Amino acid sequence: MNFEFALIQLLNGISYGLLLFMLSSGLTLIFSMMGVLNFAHASFYMIGAYLAYQISKWIGYWPALVIAPLAVGLIGALIERWGLRRVHKWGHVPELLFTFGLSYIIVELVQVIWGRAAVPYAVPAALDGPIDWLADLGITFPEYRAFMMLVAVLMLAALYLLLTRTRIGLVIQAALTHPHQVEALGHNVPRVFMLVFGGGCALAGLAGVIGGNAFVTQPAMAAELGAIIFVVIVVGGMGSLAGAFVASLAIGVMQTFAVASDASLSGLAELVGVTVTPQTFGYSVWKLTVAQVAPVLPFLLLVLILIVRPKGLMGTRED
Amino acid sequence: MDPGPLRYRPINLGRWVIWGLTAFLFVVLPLVFEQGFARTLMSQMAIMIVFALSYNMLLGQSGMLSFGHAVYSGLGAYFAIHALNMIARGTLPWPVSLLPLIGGLAGAFFGVIFGYVTTKKAGTPFAMITLGIGEMVFAASLMFPGFFGGEAGINGNRTVGGNFLGIPGLTFGPDLQVYYLIAAWCFACMVAMFALTHTPLGRMANAVRDNPERAEFIGYNTQRVRWFMLILSGFFAGIAGGLSAINFEIVTAENVSAIRSGGVLLAAFIGGVAFFFGPILGAIVFSFFAIALSEYTKAWQLYLGVFFVLIVMYAPGGLSSLILMNLRVMKFRKFKRLLDPYFGVIVAALALAFGVVLMIEMTYHLTLDIALGPVVTIFGFPYDTGRPEAWVFAASVVAGGAIAFEYMRRRFKAEWDQVQIEIEDWIRDNPED
Repeated sequence: MNFEFALIQLLNGISYGLLLFMLSSGLTLIFSMMGVLNFAHASFYMIGAYLAYQISKWIGYWPALVIAPLAVGLIGALIERWGLRRVHKWGHVPELLFTFGLSYIIVELVQVIWGRAAVPYAVPAALDGPIDWLADLGITFPEYRAFMMLVAVLMLAALYLLLTRTRIGLVIQAALTHPHQVEALGHNVPRVFMLVFGGGCALAGLAGVIGGNAFVTQPAMAAELGAIIFVVIVVGGMGSLAGAFVASLAIGVMQTFAVASDASLSGLAELVGVTVTPQTFGYSVWKLTVAQVAPVLPFLLLVLILIVRPKGLMGTRED
Repeated sequence: MDPGPLRYRPINLGRWVIWGLTAFLFVVLPLVFEQGFARTLMSQMAIMIVFALSYNMLLGQSGMLSFGHAVYSGLGAYFAIHALNMIARGTLPWPVSLLPLIGGLAGAFFGVIFGYVTTKKAGTPFAMITLGIGEMVFAASLMFPGFFGGEAGINGNRTVGGNFLGIPGLTFGPDLQVYYLIAAWCFACMVAMFALTHTPLGRMANAVRDNPERAEFIGYNTQRVRWFMLILSGFFAGIAGGLSAINFEIVTAENVSAIRSGGVLLAAFIGGVAFFFGPILGAIVFSFFAIALSEYTKAWQLYLGVFFVLIVMYAPGGLSSLILMNLRVMKFRKFKRLLDPYFGVIVAALALAFGVVLMIEMTYHLTLDIALGPVVTIFGFPYDTGRPEAWVFAASVVAGGAIAFEYMRRRFKAEWDQVQIEIEDWIRDNPED
């Protein structure tokens, strides 16, 4: 593995990790504020991608970059207002099941509207191709990946400033820990919930807009990413934004390096002088390459973390 | 009334009647419905009943919401089908009729392993971890084609055991014979799982579900209680997997997938998790959606999802709680007053549902089957999706249905609430009759 290749992999991993964090940050905010694990969070990511595809077909990519996340946020806020809030009185399990049923419905509705195959949601022409000055150095890195990272970082900076430097951010932070006190001070806490839920969904939608064309826009995209972002927020620690950030980047980089590696246990055995043949016990395990194991790695990490540190990397909740 | 340690316990006649009736139905139903389709449907319902009841040992009885229960049934199914193939090769002396037991033991074994990790947490983190474990096993199923059979799955042949108990012709080949095998297992599992709810472990599981802190305070290890329940639940799920291996004679990666895990969650919750018979009801309804409705429409999962969300929003106790609430009204002889509002609300709901179905089917036809021509047949009538009249008609049915439903719903709710208030008042005025 030479240096250029490792650098490109690292950049790819970071851009994927940032995308994961755009999703897990919204999920974590919603979870720590409302106690609701939004099972449909990745479905909003998918809606974002499909809406962006449709809008960019009509009026172009740049308007879609703004309109689609706002539309997804609006859809999320409406669902919170007319669906989730009604279920709230039954407790957390029905809330979780409501979002679970919602993910079921959304994937079906997407298939009703856009069909079952992937849609041709393409990278905009202005950002298609590698970065020129990096290519001169012998490193091929797509412009669009860099754009993804830029959008993610800008969004995260905006989110940080919103939460720490504005009045509404203070109310949100206060409502996280002391909802009754905030309500007693005259703030409309249910409306803050609606804003946070809609905002979290808009973040997921934005991730969909920039992730949908970097990867593939298809009905299975929500299920693929959904499980990974759950791993991220458990590994990072339930309700911890900083933990989610570290876990997103770690899993993003780990996944990207893993799929490009053809190392295996048998190779390791040969290094210490043991030869593995098809007759060796457990040959199917010995011959597996890291690339083949890549889809399982995040879940193995999850199991490992639970055994070693049940509250997650930076979590404070023990339950 | 103080239920002391020495309590007079007469034979619970009602319970014997209900279980006797259930056994009777299991025996008689395939003789009433003789078509092959009805029998396959009933076999699959019986398997789903075992699966959903095993799921409810977690969700209903121990308060553990699992998104990865198919792991136990699916791995049980894989072990059962490999055992079946070993029986065929003559390397395993084991009767085919007891094959589900192998599935069950495999399910319990993986319950021991995975349960140790998952039950470290309860509540929402437990739900997410089970999802992760489920995804992990599904991803692993594509990594080890030797055991999981890759895309094609593993095939078997259920007749290899020869004649059961030496009775000629009883090879479990014909669908009626395999139905009775499944029904016998299903009934035995139902009785066993019901009995489990009355054991100290079953009671402790309820305590851990309701107040884990207090259960811990009186000296119980809540994690261990959850773990034991998960192992037993994995055992029964594995039996369901073994039954499905016998029934279909093929096991694919779909058996351990998130689709299967989600399905059993829908089934149990639709039926209702608060009562033992809820998941049985849910399994029957779910199988009907998954097998019968899927014959007619590609959008059956959408209807199932909408039905599920409506249950979560308006009847979180599931169908079983709806039935029991109405039984209570009947017991207090007030049901007659509800008949008229019920009639109105059901007619309006049907009209609304009809309009929504029209819209969905027409849209689905446009996206998927437009190559077959613009005309789609729904409920026996043709609709031309290329012309606006059909859309205007469907939209007006939806609008009219929605308005009528909202009106009828309010009328029904007023009467229902009034009846409930009267019942509550009566109970308060006549304490301990």
